[in-house]
Amino acid sequence: MIASGLRFGGVAALLALGIVFPLVFTNPAVTSDAIYTLIFVAAASAWNTFSGYSGYISLGHAVFFGSGAYLTGIATLDWGLTGSQVFLLLPLAGLVGAIIAVPFGLIALRVRRHTFVVITIAIFFIFQLMAYNLQSLTGGTSGLLAPTVNFAAATYNNPFYYAALVIAVAAVAVSWLIRRSRFGLQLRAIRDDEDRARGLGVRTMRVKLGAFVISAVPVAMVGGLSWYFTGLIDPSSGFDPLFDVAVALMAFLGGLGTVAGPVLGALIIEPAQQYFQGQVSAGYLFLMLYGALFLVVILVLPRGVIPTAAEQIGKWRDKRREGDGGLAGHRLAAAGAAPDRAKELA
Amino acid sequence: MSQLPQAITDGILGGAVYALMAAGLTLIFGVMDIINIAQGILVVLAAYLSYALSVHLHIDPLLGLLITVPAMFAVGAAIEWAFMRRLRGRERTAMSLLVSYAVAVVIEGALYQVFGANDVAIQAPYVNSGVHVLGFDLPYIYLIGAGLAVVAFAAIYLLLYRTTFGRSVRATMQDKVAARLIGINVNRVAAITFGIGVGVTAAGGMVFGATNAFSPNSGYDLISRLLSIVILGGLGSIGGAAAAALFMVTAEEVVNIWQPVWATAVYYAVLVIVLLVRPVGIFGKPEARSS
Amino acid sequence: MTMTEAATAPSASPAPLLRTESVSKAFGGVQALSGASIEVGRGTIAGLIGPNGSGKTTLFNIITGYARADSGQVYLDGRRITNLPPERVFSLGIGRTFQLTRIFPTMTVFENMLIAGQHKERSWNPLARAGGAASRRHAMELLDFVGIARHAGALAQTLSYGQRKLLELAYVLVADPEIVLLDEPAGGVNPSLINTIAGKIRELNAAGKTFLIVEHNMDFVMGLCDRVMVLDYGSVIAAGPPAQVRADPRVLDAYLGTGEDDDAQDGDRGAGHEGA
Repeated sequence: MIASGLRFGGVAALLALGIVFPLVFTNPAVTSDAIYTLIFVAAASAWNTFSGYSGYISLGHAVFFGSGAYLTGIATLDWGLTGSQVFLLLPLAGLVGAIIAVPFGLIALRVRRHTFVVITIAIFFIFQLMAYNLQSLTGGTSGLLAPTVNFAAATYNNPFYYAALVIAVAAVAVSWLIRRSRFGLQLRAIRDDEDRARGLGVRTMRVKLGAFVISAVPVAMVGGLSWYFTGLIDPSSGFDPLFDVAVALMAFLGGLGTVAGPVLGALIIEPAQQYFQGQVSAGYLFLMLYGALFLVVILVLPRGVIPTAAEQIGKWRDKRREGDGGLAGHRLAAAGAAPDRAKELA
Repeated sequence: MSQLPQAITDGILGGAVYALMAAGLTLIFGVMDIINIAQGILVVLAAYLSYALSVHLHIDPLLGLLITVPAMFAVGAAIEWAFMRRLRGRERTAMSLLVSYAVAVVIEGALYQVFGANDVAIQAPYVNSGVHVLGFDLPYIYLIGAGLAVVAFAAIYLLLYRTTFGRSVRATMQDKVAARLIGINVNRVAAITFGIGVGVTAAGGMVFGATNAFSPNSGYDLISRLLSIVILGGLGSIGGAAAAALFMVTAEEVVNIWQPVWATAVYYAVLVIVLLVRPVGIFGKPEARSS
Repeated sequence: MTMTEAATAPSASPAPLLRTESVSKAFGGVQALSGASIEVGRGTIAGLIGPNGSGKTTLFNIITGYARADSGQVYLDGRRITNLPPERVFSLGIGRTFQLTRIFPTMTVFENMLIAGQHKERSWNPLARAGGAASRRHAMELLDFVGIARHAGALAQTLSYGQRKLLELAYVLVADPEIVLLDEPAGGVNPSLINTIAGKIRELNAAGKTFLIVEHNMDFVMGLCDRVMVLDYGSVIAAGPPAQVRADPRVLDAYLGTGEDDDAQDGDRGAGHEGA
């Protein structure tokens, strides 16, 4: 009970911090970093809602990011939208992401494990190739430029920031709702033993496809937002092979399959990336650091920060109880603590 | 219509080099259940090695293989020892994709750091010349590439089927636990196999670098083709990879006559269709059904 | 062979709950089942025995949708269910356990219980929490019934082998299936737990549950089952009450003739041996 109260307080505090952040830190360089961070909070959380819960590692979510970006770009330019109107396109971008996810998922989800990973990569490259080749639609290698935006200079970043915040909060909320739902239970059963889950009445294809489609929506939305904020999309930035590595790294670092893990991972990695990209000469160095960090996380901390920390805290608590109340107390406490701890992983 | 026979010839000669690079990838999978996404960037690394040797030390790229093959072997064995050996558990194949992807990113960053982002190409006397036989254009570099592939395939075949070490490799491919029980040092087999699988990229990289302008970014294009080839051929099947490489590269060359822009899409389209019809690839064995 | 079945077996009950009709299945060149016909009467405990590789697990897999029959039919309560996918077979009322237990290791014991119950919850809201109050209570009662309720909050992977068997039995019961197929419930379990498991099966049977059990432990089968069927080389060679089957010379032949696993005390625990 105390733990859940603490958690509620923590989430409320984090949300409040998110809301007042651009009012406190008005430096555009800082809010710009914050926008990209929120974009990745949303993307990593959505990726984890599918890949983390179901165990199907997707390296093709950049398809949704790029499609959302191109859709928003094409629609904005075709319809001559300006200013805040463009934000209204983002739900449409999410819808298009969901629509693309259906055939994508129906093809890819027929196979499992590494074959699934490979087929997501292949489909990703098909989309990248389309972005290069469908020049009348995508502008080919030169890409699509966003129109100049006439927001007031002092608070120029704020609309982008709050749009990113809304998408990120929604993505995390959906992830949390799914984690505690029947649907989430089925997804995790698929991760543990898909055939057995089928044998217990879980309609696995429907469940996997549902999660895949749901996870595509926020990714496509932040793709659209990213186009508008950055001002440009081209095939290599829209369909970036590093995108999926980035979101996977964030989820793995924080804790794959947990709600808070990808959020924490994005909060650690994206600001660091922005900082390094700011240092002009360090761009390539950062690429190396990025890969190296991923290697360290997977090999040293494969379960991620949050589950590992939860386990350590649990051990430490047990130890303290042992010191306080002797062995009998410890046993009781352990029996009571187990469900708690299992829930804390969530 | 004379384009068609020429395209098929180009496809078979070019395909031989892809067959070699794909054979390395599929050999690694067969022995260790590891998919080495870094294979693409390792080809590029090998190409840069050949390039650097020829530009700075004036060593002919073909002669340079005496240096680059052992160097790439060492790189492969080191990657196995440092990272792949540490992967355990049910999802190790999927995890190996992520780990080797991360390795690829590190190498890509290092190549950018050292060589920059501009395209380069390997120069040698035999790169831009060739012979005319029966109306076919046969560039020397393609002939050299095909020749290298044949030699490498023969060497791998002899190693696998005529040596004690090869017996250990094949035993490990069939059953790791049993191989360990009969006293095979599986770790050593894994490191050497990874070394061989990556070592072939030295020859592949040399030919690739001589026939294409390349940059550190070229690894993605390569790995996406190689992955399509090995999946199509059935993961773990060396013969399947070779056949699939010849087929795919030839198909690309043929499509290239009519649709130059979409020719690369052939790889992904064929891959998706094959996986829909037969998820284990054309030459792959069906996985044992879990009861 | 089916003729001998008809001759020796007094029909289990007027309308059997589960029936297979000449089911055949080949894996590559190996004929795992050739015309296997079995019947399980409603409310009975039926045993399915036979030497290693005689096709018992393959028949289980075909009944429950984990493998496809090459020919033949499967009926549940008169309804044809041949080659339906596993999730359909389960929702129609056939639950099963596996030779090597299959639980969901990274989920809690209680969550394991909720998975099997969820298909009955007709809700259009996919984000609804798993398990209403009633099904949660039911899940706890079943955990209590098999005696592992105190581990409800622990991750299933922390359970001992025997506890996993009990968990698998309990979560199959959650959905209240008409018939439960148990694949070697006593395999690899210590004697006192074997007695516990036998007791639970009897108790459930007394409450009306039907069972079909594959087991190598002859004492367990003979002591528990109302009717025993013997598979050999993929067909039924004998069926009837335990005492009768035990005395049947063909059964002795089948077991002794194979030469390897005659006493059949410990089952083929090697993974997939039978399935192959």
